[in-house]
Amino acid sequence: MSVTCPISRRNVLRHGGNIVAASALFSILPTMASAAKPVTVGFIYVGPRQDFGWNQSHWDAAKKIAKLDNVKVVEQENVPETAEVEKVMQSMIQLDGAKVIMATSFGYWKSIKKMAKKYPDVLFTHIGAIWKPGDPENVIGYRGYMEEPHYLCGIAAGRMTKSNKIGFIGSKPLYFIFNNCNGFILGARSVNPKVSCNVVITGEWNNPVKEAETTNSLIDQGCDVIIANVDSSKVAIETAERRGVFSCGYHSDCSSLAPKGFLTGAEWNWASAADFVEAWRTGGKYPNLLRGGFKKDMVAISPFGNALPQNVREEILKAKQGFMDDSLKLYKGPLKDNEGKMILNDGQVIDNEDTKFKLGVRFFVEGAIGKTGLN
Amino acid sequence: MSNTAFYRSLEAVVINSAAFILTLLAFGVFVSLFGVNPFDVYYILYLGGFATQISIESTLTQAAPLMLTALCTAIPARAGLLVIGGEGALVVGGVATVLVGVWLTDVPFAIGVPMMALAGAAAGGIWIGAAGALRQYRGVNETIATLLMNYIAIATMNHLVSGPMRDFDQVLKASSWSIPDNLMAGALPGLDVHWGLATGVAACVVLYVLMRRTSFGFGVDVLGGNQRAAQMAGLPINKMVILCCFMGGAAAGLAGTMEVIAVHGFASDSLVVGFGYAGILIAFLARQNPLAIILVAILLGGISASGGLLQRRFDLPDATTSVLQGMLFIIVLASNTLYGRMRFLQPKEA
Repeated sequence: MSVTCPISRRNVLRHGGNIVAASALFSILPTMASAAKPVTVGFIYVGPRQDFGWNQSHWDAAKKIAKLDNVKVVEQENVPETAEVEKVMQSMIQLDGAKVIMATSFGYWKSIKKMAKKYPDVLFTHIGAIWKPGDPENVIGYRGYMEEPHYLCGIAAGRMTKSNKIGFIGSKPLYFIFNNCNGFILGARSVNPKVSCNVVITGEWNNPVKEAETTNSLIDQGCDVIIANVDSSKVAIETAERRGVFSCGYHSDCSSLAPKGFLTGAEWNWASAADFVEAWRTGGKYPNLLRGGFKKDMVAISPFGNALPQNVREEILKAKQGFMDDSLKLYKGPLKDNEGKMILNDGQVIDNEDTKFKLGVRFFVEGAIGKTGLN
Repeated sequence: MSNTAFYRSLEAVVINSAAFILTLLAFGVFVSLFGVNPFDVYYILYLGGFATQISIESTLTQAAPLMLTALCTAIPARAGLLVIGGEGALVVGGVATVLVGVWLTDVPFAIGVPMMALAGAAAGGIWIGAAGALRQYRGVNETIATLLMNYIAIATMNHLVSGPMRDFDQVLKASSWSIPDNLMAGALPGLDVHWGLATGVAACVVLYVLMRRTSFGFGVDVLGGNQRAAQMAGLPINKMVILCCFMGGAAAGLAGTMEVIAVHGFASDSLVVGFGYAGILIAFLARQNPLAIILVAILLGGISASGGLLQRRFDLPDATTSVLQGMLFIIVLASNTLYGRMRFLQPKEA
């Protein structure tokens, strides 16, 4: 006589075995997970990430980082530089489990330092490269030498201008804007010493109306190559295109905005942030402060526009090679500012990675028509 | 509580709750157009704004400056003026705070902070008070005046921080000199929210009492109802209008002070982030009632705080929260027409 009992000894043993196996598996799982160490990276943007400008250059990096194995990227746009950003960081850390915070605006610096002390197990990055010993070790400051790609844009501008007048629109009277402008002019004058550059500082990061007006007025004054150092040079480039003059981009790839007149552009390459993420999760080494130009692959130039002839492209690539192997120096004597004051004597050379000199730049080089407004 | 007062409060609660629920329903329809489940969105709104300690802190941090800037619209509105100059008053308040603060080296916290607060409040108060005076003595429309004064304040501040007041050690940002570190106000005890919150709540409560429980407040209500009648009744209407503008401006100026002493430490374009304009919205949603401003500011703060989480979890655009705020604004204003029209909410005749 066979009685089928659901809870037979054999069943219990069989299923019990499963339960034991399952629980064993579950107990292993966390260790396996920690071996792979998935990491969530939080990106914080000060404006819209699709702006053909500053924020987009970081979004490009975010997309590259999101492709890494076991990395999840969360993003938040339009976060003002107020107490709000601290709460956004905390919310990302506590609610999303972020272990790396990439805060991509200058004004986040104080908040970054405060939060880094509070969350020592989270890595924070800031794009100002103003970290100094004594600041939290879990903070990285990094930034490219943007004047180098501006020099290359300048070569394009110097070769393409017919009026020998080019235009530079700057946002704020800050050292890196001055350096970018100087790079642009030095590049242009390296191939065409007759070039002069009208410089206008708008005073605002983002004021499309003013940028359009300035572009128009520069073109009315005869400038036929325009570059705009503002949060998004979209308006300036589109205005230049409509007026039939050449333009160069800034921050990110703007080539699609001006199919006819776009020459090339100065771009950031923030993708070295991917190395920071890798180093952080594997316990590897990372720098607290990193600045670099083409040599360290921290800046780039946009794809060449159709208007740019082959020989100029080659000239630009040669200069880029010069920055990469250090044979080309941006600031070298004899160098005068645009008020005739000697900045560097003959034979004086400033190293391309001389951050201290570049931070102190408060002048426009000879050939610039315009004032820093600081004297 | 008298019968009438009870029904009046009940009416406000019922109408506002209904408006809020209707807003959530409409927003649910909106997000489902993006293929997102509305109930997930409601949960995230709750999670990001109110569910955890960090959510609540985010909400209150957002709400703090808005309470003060809302008063800048609400108090003059009680006297019948439409002032939209909170943004400018905040900026001049912030600049005045820095101008006083940088001289206060070696001054103890307990003396330095009140001095800076006084400077910020006085600057903001005079700024908006001037608009009130222009209206009373020169017939200048206060709405246009305060709107334009916003631009003047922002442009002046930008000029000062890029030139005369600029601190060149701050290489990345055109910003003013910083106030001494020992005068920075930290977080509230037990809650990681800066002191602006306590200041905002206190200002709302004080102004509520002043507006609802004093003869001055009663006079202002008369004035707001009909300026000519108030004049006939012998009220000093010019003084009252200017004083209301001054108090509103002082509140917004204090918001600037708090941004400087609790957040930035210096003046820069980071002061100009729209707190003043958001305050207008809150003042109207709160129907110019200072106590209601506290609640509405927290509600809108919560919406903004959870907006970040909405972006991160569903990849919804940042403007989604603006849509929600816009819906709330329109529906609440539209619901104002229901007051006195629903019979079951009217006081019973005994």
